[in-house]
Amino acid sequence: MANQGVNRGRRRFLVAATSVVGGAGVAAVAAPMLASLQPSARAQAAGAPVEVDLREIDEGQRISVEWRGQPIWVVRRTEEMLEGLSKITDRLRDPDSEVEDQQPPYAQNEHRSIDPEFLVVVGICTHLGCSPSYRPEIGDPEMGSAWQGGWLCGCHGSRFDMAGRVYANMPAATNLVVPPYKYLTDDVILVGEDDEEGGTV
Amino acid sequence: MKKLIAATFVGLAALFMGPAGTAGASELMSANVDISNQNALQRGARLFADNCMGCHSTKYERYNRVGKGIGLTEEHMEEHFIFVTDEEGEPVNVGSLMEIAMEEDYAEEAFGVAPPDLTLTARIHGEDWLYTFLKSFYRDESRPLGANNTVFSNVGMPHALWHKQGWQELVEDDDGNERLELVEGGSMSPSEYDRAVRDIVTYLSYLGEPVKLERQRIGVFVMIFLAFFTLLAYFLKKEYWKDVH
Amino acid sequence: MASNPDEKIQGGFLGWVDARFPLSQMWNDHLAKYYAPKNFNFWYFFGSLALLVLVIQIVTGIVLTMFYKPDAELAFASVEYIMRDVEWGWLIRYMHSTGASMFFVVVYLHMFRALLYGSYKKPRELIWIFGMLIYVVLMAEAFAGYLLPWGQMSYWGAQVIVNLFQTIPYIGPELVTWIRGDFLLSDATLNRFFALHVVALPLVLILLVAAHIIALHEVGSNNPDGVEIKANKDENGIPKDGIPFHPYYTVKDIVGVGVFLIVFFAIVFFAPEGGGYFLKPDNFIPSDPLVTPELIPPVWYFTSMYSVLRSVPDPFLGVVAMGAAVVILFVIPWLDRNPVKSMRYRSFAAKFNLAVFVIAFVILGWLGLQQATTAVSDMSLRFSQVYFLFFFLLWFLSRERSAWFSILAFLVLVAIYTFYDVARFDADDAALIMWGWLIPTVYLFVTMVAPVFARGLGRDRPVPQRVTS
Repeated sequence: MANQGVNRGRRRFLVAATSVVGGAGVAAVAAPMLASLQPSARAQAAGAPVEVDLREIDEGQRISVEWRGQPIWVVRRTEEMLEGLSKITDRLRDPDSEVEDQQPPYAQNEHRSIDPEFLVVVGICTHLGCSPSYRPEIGDPEMGSAWQGGWLCGCHGSRFDMAGRVYANMPAATNLVVPPYKYLTDDVILVGEDDEEGGTV
Repeated sequence: MKKLIAATFVGLAALFMGPAGTAGASELMSANVDISNQNALQRGARLFADNCMGCHSTKYERYNRVGKGIGLTEEHMEEHFIFVTDEEGEPVNVGSLMEIAMEEDYAEEAFGVAPPDLTLTARIHGEDWLYTFLKSFYRDESRPLGANNTVFSNVGMPHALWHKQGWQELVEDDDGNERLELVEGGSMSPSEYDRAVRDIVTYLSYLGEPVKLERQRIGVFVMIFLAFFTLLAYFLKKEYWKDVH
Repeated sequence: MASNPDEKIQGGFLGWVDARFPLSQMWNDHLAKYYAPKNFNFWYFFGSLALLVLVIQIVTGIVLTMFYKPDAELAFASVEYIMRDVEWGWLIRYMHSTGASMFFVVVYLHMFRALLYGSYKKPRELIWIFGMLIYVVLMAEAFAGYLLPWGQMSYWGAQVIVNLFQTIPYIGPELVTWIRGDFLLSDATLNRFFALHVVALPLVLILLVAAHIIALHEVGSNNPDGVEIKANKDENGIPKDGIPFHPYYTVKDIVGVGVFLIVFFAIVFFAPEGGGYFLKPDNFIPSDPLVTPELIPPVWYFTSMYSVLRSVPDPFLGVVAMGAAVVILFVIPWLDRNPVKSMRYRSFAAKFNLAVFVIAFVILGWLGLQQATTAVSDMSLRFSQVYFLFFFLLWFLSRERSAWFSILAFLVLVAIYTFYDVARFDADDAALIMWGWLIPTVYLFVTMVAPVFARGLGRDRPVPQRVTS
């Protein structure tokens, strides 16, 4: 085998060019395979927005609706519950909801909602995905005298207040997620869809 | 050796000319549809919704995807295509599959067989067959629903478009050949009816494989890419094989 | 501390791995220092292409398995779900359905190459046996996979093939019920075919492919001249006509891959139904145990064997004949005892024999797709006779035969099928039977009798010492 007179530069260039183009081809085939794993049209149809009639909720009551297979909690908070929100801010990890992904801009406030009275959150613990239990009673003996109502996650003990804000030094590091929602009328909200600029009451 | 190889390929080529023609294929009229014609698709979809979807489901496809594919808004689809309600009596979601309300048992009693789902009908029968079928109903009092069809004899389906086409009858001409003759006009002239049928077939053709146009468009780029890759690989091979004497 | 001597030879990470796993050794044994003959031609692409198709089928198959539902109620709709709702699902499904047919195209061409250059001959008999096992498992794999879309063709095609076992005396009916897991082809059948298609058979297939390649690399590749390159080595023990597989054949095979993918994706993007051969129109109708389609041909890659089945009037003997048509391929290395491997140096009679076999196989394949009219059945019989006679001739042409033996053997063979023709003679089909009789007779005459009178036709040519480039 005569290796004299081999143009090494040309060889290296052709190897590189073929590898790059071939690699691009493999990537181009891999992309549809990976993209196919995204939610299909059926999953998207099943994940359509849901309407909630707020008149059906009593004061202090929490109802649960399903959106994209997740529990969505809607709570009609009492005056005491709302007052309690400001009493515990020093115990919270992110009292001002500064982590932007956890809520739409229109819920980035103390009560984490469009209308202070009604809280809308995804009922899934931001730690590992359990669904926390509702502990609305202020000063619940199990939770300590300073408890202003909220949620306790049964899996790893994370605590959340009545605005879904997580307490400091808990397994969960972020507040409960507020889904996109908007008011269709004064009494009916649509969960899963909002107007781009943010909701209005 | 060359001859042997050539013979092999000639044999294979003959095989790939397509399966032997199905009987009577020559009698079919050419549908000549163009699924890239969005106007025809929209007209066909409306005709299909108004005249066919009472009995025939297209349950492998969704309202909103059809709307997107043929250029109609979701609101339009909700208004003109959704006749089916959910268990609470509300019209179903626009992302739902296009089912029908008719119970299969009831349909079987009424027509002898349940009307088939038509999502894939164009892939089963072909466009030309559908086109000819829809143009080949004729009056036949011996049938329970008063109509028969020359390409699908003793079909269970009534002539659903009779008010548009009118009525044909099977007549024998001087040479003894049977042909269809329009004996009673409908709301459409023959050429209008032909266009309406062509539009319906265009829509059904689209429905059989909604991705067809996109598939062909992507295919062109894939071919160009692969040709380029193969050319590069060929030069690479040439370069390395300079070593081999 | 004394370090491992192996690690001294080659340091770094590779050395660390090599001391624990023969990575460099495998690279060298199978690629960089695997010496392949330098005169491979077009026909040598199909081995690597078969491997490529296997990879395509496994990858697309895994993705399809994530969406497909092996349930008689849901299967058909889940395929349409893949075609419509799953993002890019249509591409993945078309790649898989096209891949199934292209697998057989590639494998048939690969098998033809082996026949053309005598690649099954000593010392490569085991490579051929492993290859044949791959072919048989591949047929089972394709058959199980074809049921899964649960359309009319899936259902009735499987019905017909499963019922073949019914013809086996005594145990047939029970065996069929056991295979189906029900008294008709049903959900239970679909479920077990799914398990076989996605787990059991692919596993066997991969193991057999590994054995096929290991056996090949043990004895080395044959080549278009049929010359053993290991017989001529240089002072370093490297075959003079050999070149390292890598880089020379890797870069060459990449060109083959490019051309193949152009064909493959042209089908996927522009003709995924393969003209009705790859995806049949009737398979877009959901399966219905009460309605049988008018014509139920198997998929094209089974039709040659299917024609052999149909050519025999007795159901059980038909199954036996079809089985024999496959099994006899296994013993080719022991039928063909001719020392000359490549057709290049074989006699005219041997070349003619192979050419007729290929033509008969293709015609049988075409006949298997047709409605079984009298003419189709009769031609199936004739070409089935040719199919089996080919194997006799492989043995017969192993060496030059004496004149009296040639003519005697010819007369005996002709007498056998002529006797059958007389027994089944029917005045209505007289012309068909008599003209058809000429097909095997002319074939045998050219390969057996003609060389008696023109000795050159039966004489092999001398094989060169070294490969010709």
